[in-house]
Amino acid sequence: MTQVTTPSGNNELLGAAVAMRKISRLERFLGPENYRIVQGLFKTPASISGFTLIFFFILIAIAAPVLAPPVNPNDPYKIPRDGFKSQPREMGAEWTKNPPEIPFWYKAVTGNDEWVHLFGTAQGQYDIYYGVIWGTRTAFKTGLIVVLSTLLLGVLVGAVSAYYGGLIDNILMRIVDVLMVLPSLMATLILAAVLTPVIGRSTLPVMISLIVFGWMGYARIIRGDILSVKERDYVLAARVIGNKDSRILFRHIIPNAVFPTLVLASLAIGDVVLSFAALSFLGIGVDVGYADWGQVLAFARNWITSLDTYWFIIVWPGIALVLYVMGFNLLGDALRDVLDPRMRGKV
Amino acid sequence: MLTYIIRRLMLVPFLLFGVTILIFGMLQFLDPVERASLYVRGDPKANQIDAAITKYCLDCPIHIQYFNWLIGHVDSTTGVREGGILFGDFGWSKTGSQPVADLIARRFPNTLDLTLWAVGPVILVGIWLGVQAAVHHNGIIDQAARVFSIVGTSFPSFVFGLLMLMFFYANLGWFPPGRLTDDFNRVVGSDQFIRYTTLLTIDSLLNGRIDIFLDALRHMVMPILTLSYISWATFLRVTRSSMLETLRQEYVTTARAKGLSEHDVIHKHAKPNAMLPVVTLAGFTVVGLMGGVIITETVFDYPGIGSAAAQASAQLDVITVLGFALFNGLILIVANLVVDILYAMVDPRVRLS
Repeated sequence: MTQVTTPSGNNELLGAAVAMRKISRLERFLGPENYRIVQGLFKTPASISGFTLIFFFILIAIAAPVLAPPVNPNDPYKIPRDGFKSQPREMGAEWTKNPPEIPFWYKAVTGNDEWVHLFGTAQGQYDIYYGVIWGTRTAFKTGLIVVLSTLLLGVLVGAVSAYYGGLIDNILMRIVDVLMVLPSLMATLILAAVLTPVIGRSTLPVMISLIVFGWMGYARIIRGDILSVKERDYVLAARVIGNKDSRILFRHIIPNAVFPTLVLASLAIGDVVLSFAALSFLGIGVDVGYADWGQVLAFARNWITSLDTYWFIIVWPGIALVLYVMGFNLLGDALRDVLDPRMRGKV
Repeated sequence: MLTYIIRRLMLVPFLLFGVTILIFGMLQFLDPVERASLYVRGDPKANQIDAAITKYCLDCPIHIQYFNWLIGHVDSTTGVREGGILFGDFGWSKTGSQPVADLIARRFPNTLDLTLWAVGPVILVGIWLGVQAAVHHNGIIDQAARVFSIVGTSFPSFVFGLLMLMFFYANLGWFPPGRLTDDFNRVVGSDQFIRYTTLLTIDSLLNGRIDIFLDALRHMVMPILTLSYISWATFLRVTRSSMLETLRQEYVTTARAKGLSEHDVIHKHAKPNAMLPVVTLAGFTVVGLMGGVIITETVFDYPGIGSAAAQASAQLDVITVLGFALFNGLILIVANLVVDILYAMVDPRVRLS
């Protein structure tokens, strides 16, 4: 019984080949499939530059109070104003009224004693530099909250739908169909317009709308993955020993099917931030003067004829937004290559 | 084929029902007084609102309200139907000071006009770029296309649009935003200018006004460029991967082996098959354009239905916004049906699966 049948041929070579492949702790934790995905994410120059960009923005978000000290620490997301004149002021214009505290690095870097508008001011004397720096925090905050919520909702609906099948599956998937009829921007736009009078102007109406119309994609993906996982033997074994449905679903099926969805979702932060900025740009959701890139860009809309002079209103928040989204897109591109079944075994 | 079409058609009433429920559900966030403005024309007078609430039963159980909302209310004495979205009455737009349906009817031709002129550059150039990238796989064009498609998906249309305005309008003064120069606007509004089709570019040609035609086109250059730019990345990616896939097939090798020229192999043998997924994408793109491109129209101040919806929602005019959403939903459901059926006609694998 215990005798091991060895394949004929050169056993030494085979032994060497087997011994060469060490399994790291991370690989054992994630499993070979998921490990391959993670590995692929750290390989190409594109994904590495994506990580660099994201890391850079994380640093800015963490250091925001040091880079741009708030005038009112209780309400740091309100862009400080230097007076109320409508004419924008150029980059480096002196801060005349109520300047914020000067951070320690400022004099060493610029050699200047006075706090100036580094990126100029927008209409209504909103400081653009402040908006760009704190806008990074808004981007991470909204992106993370929306992605986590949509993911949770999508996984839950997709899992229930796939696990129970039949009528429940049919009903849930038809709801998904209906929610996907309207283009996502139009859908979030109307829901945000409906919700704003009810909950007031803040980041909430837009975030809720993005969540309500954002989970369907994940539900579809996880549903497909679970349909294949639930046929595996260990699920049958779990059922045979008398587990409850909920335990089988949450302890055995979802953990084994969720990983690709998880990675995809984490990269969707870029898209979410883009939609949020777009709605903010259209004047939906947050109040005027909230530190958000789309909001700062919207200031340019009344100065279109003189954008040649006031280029800084669009260029700085524009660069921030583009680089932020590009960081996530570069990663996403690498991921698409890894997840593509035809690429399997080539990484 | 027939069974496929029937199966697909059966989905339509269901989707229509779903979308109306969705929008009706959003309407429930408003209180009855606000909902009364669905039916009250112009500034409400003293007891008009209360009258509308009783007449349309705006505080009744929800299924009765839904039914009333769908078919409206027929006056028993005059026989005139009031309200009822199924009969094209989407309510009164406070921000537009006119019925929502009229607002849509006035704005929609502009969107259609833009779609008409944007289809060529958006789709044909996008496909051409994708084919070039695939044929010269890993060459300079392919690498450039890859970079472009990543930049294109990260560079949002409103930033791109604002930059275009900065260069082509503020700096160079070539392409203005809006729809028409003021002088021409007056001409178009006057009686001499006959609106045959309501599409401005075609009407101006039919009226023999080349100058108006050119001016209208000049105002559409920047929106079209922006739309092209945001769609090219997607077209490029889909066409490129589909084309690469096809070029690897054995029948392409056979075509090469029997001595066909490379041009014939690519354009006569590979391309028609590679175009199948692109056809669907093209269909959905046209549908998307027709539904109004919210951001592009807003940035360039183009008076289509997208910018109207954005304005209304920025001013929290919920009735108007929901009217636009309903209209958009109807267009999308019908157009998606057409695209799906056309696609099944082109590709037998779809209808047999």
